[in-house]
Amino acid sequence: MHPEVKPDPAAPAPCVLGIETSCDETAVAIYRRGSGLLAHALFSQADLHAEFGGVVPELASRDHVRKLLPLLDTALRQAGLAPSQLDAIAYTAGPGLVGALLVGAATAVALGRSLQRPVVGVHHLEAHLLAPRLERQPPAYPFLALLVSGGHTMLVRVAGLGRYSVLGETLDDAAGEAFDKTARLLELPHASGAALAALAQQGDPQRYPLPRPLLGQQRLDFSFSGLKTAVRLTVEREAAQPGGAWRADLAASFQQAVVDVLVAKVRAALHASGLTRLVVAGGVGANVALRAALRAEAGREGWQLYYPRIEFCTDNGAMVALAGAERIAEAAPGAVIGVRARWPLSTLAPPAARPRD
Amino acid sequence: MTTLLALDTATDNCSVALWQAGQVLSRCELAPRRHGELLLPMVDAVLAEAQLGLGACDAIAFGCGPGSFTGLRIAAAVTQGLAFGADLPVLPVSDLAAMAEGAHAADDAPTAVGALLDARLEEVYAGWYVWQEGRMQPVLADALVAPAALQAPNAPPGGHWWGVGPGWAVYPEALAPLHGVVRPGRTDLLPEARHLLPQALAQWRAGVRLPAASALPVYLRDAVAWRS
Repeated sequence: MHPEVKPDPAAPAPCVLGIETSCDETAVAIYRRGSGLLAHALFSQADLHAEFGGVVPELASRDHVRKLLPLLDTALRQAGLAPSQLDAIAYTAGPGLVGALLVGAATAVALGRSLQRPVVGVHHLEAHLLAPRLERQPPAYPFLALLVSGGHTMLVRVAGLGRYSVLGETLDDAAGEAFDKTARLLELPHASGAALAALAQQGDPQRYPLPRPLLGQQRLDFSFSGLKTAVRLTVEREAAQPGGAWRADLAASFQQAVVDVLVAKVRAALHASGLTRLVVAGGVGANVALRAALRAEAGREGWQLYYPRIEFCTDNGAMVALAGAERIAEAAPGAVIGVRARWPLSTLAPPAARPRD
Repeated sequence: MTTLLALDTATDNCSVALWQAGQVLSRCELAPRRHGELLLPMVDAVLAEAQLGLGACDAIAFGCGPGSFTGLRIAAAVTQGLAFGADLPVLPVSDLAAMAEGAHAADDAPTAVGALLDARLEEVYAGWYVWQEGRMQPVLADALVAPAALQAPNAPPGGHWWGVGPGWAVYPEALAPLHGVVRPGRTDLLPEARHLLPQALAQWRAGVRLPAASALPVYLRDAVAWRS
């Protein structure tokens, strides 16, 4: 009843739908190897959660179930495709918010059932790591990946698809989380990391000597909670002072501390691994100061830098469709709707054809 | 010859039913937290038993709530996915109506039913239904209410209300004042897909044809986040 996906050199590559609902972005995209990205549509719930000071899982799930099909419609129209022209369906199966993941998984598996197409559950972080492969000059394996977002901060040696070793990761807050929390401490009207970065551009990064946690250590792990505490203490001290210039200076000093740590750990990881290609993925990868610092360092050290385009640094459907296309061998008729809130990246393996159910 | 598929995951019950010209095939399992694993295989099973493809159905009915938020989203998302892919319309059915139909389908066939589900946080989901024109019809809109504030509508002449559903068992003291007008019925009665069918058929015959994207939960509880 379900056609198997067999590689046929004469046939065009399969057209893969990607569905992402792991956190507060609902996103859909269609990708075909060779043709590239055919469509992508996204709705960000950032405004919905902003007034609550963080992502509210129940609200996120409620919004995904409202937005997903309209976005699918949009993507199909962009690509000029009928649903029956999709060859496989990829969805983010984890890690992420369980209730949010379930919406994408349930829709994807049911859609696969009705279209009689195979489905493949994608690892959210693998999708981020692969995102630069959507660009014109994709990085060759092996490479080092710096994954920096609101949920993750890690350095990963990527030897090939599904061959990952985590060299270091955050022991507490993610870098993006530190940005968000600092934005809230500074009471920015739009308490987001992006707003903090915008404010930092007007400030003096040298004014406040903030800690660079774990900077001098050999280990490649990160820690940002101490930095956050230092920011809070500075805010409490400065809030009594007249004038507001200190806010921009503190934002800039905070950002500089994060950038210094990220760049130092990247340098150490590249030296230790002997790699020269660096992929930067995740929302913080869009940060202008980080990009400038990495560019300067790459020029001195002779690294090659790879980023996804800015809109694919944050969560999106394109990276999920791409990851699904790369793991097409694992796509199978699915009837079980399963997600994984926790799913260590290091447990992934190269794609292998799964027994059909 | 109308063919309807129905599915429900609003409570610990995971259930699917297929109506084909008066014949009903169904599956139901009390399976907390296993809906994602069981639901689509149940759909496959009833379709296989009827020797039908999904495309042979006219519409997909689903229990739209109230109930467990995650359960409601599984039913809605699966309905969306199935209906979008097979280009079928959807029919949302109240889970309290399904409970009233379930009560009426039992031997004593009560004609006035107060269906209560535990909504947690000291509240219940309440639906009051009476038998009219061949199905259970709401006397009041389904509502989220504190047990102590729950009021029974006027019973039909000469009759009384039957209270069904776990809500009655969870708050016996707060609901005690209603015992004069509400007789205790099955408190273990939960919604089931086969009891969505009378309501779904009525919608279908009335010309209801909603697009797949309209398969959305009706939570009744909308205060789920608080400003920090």
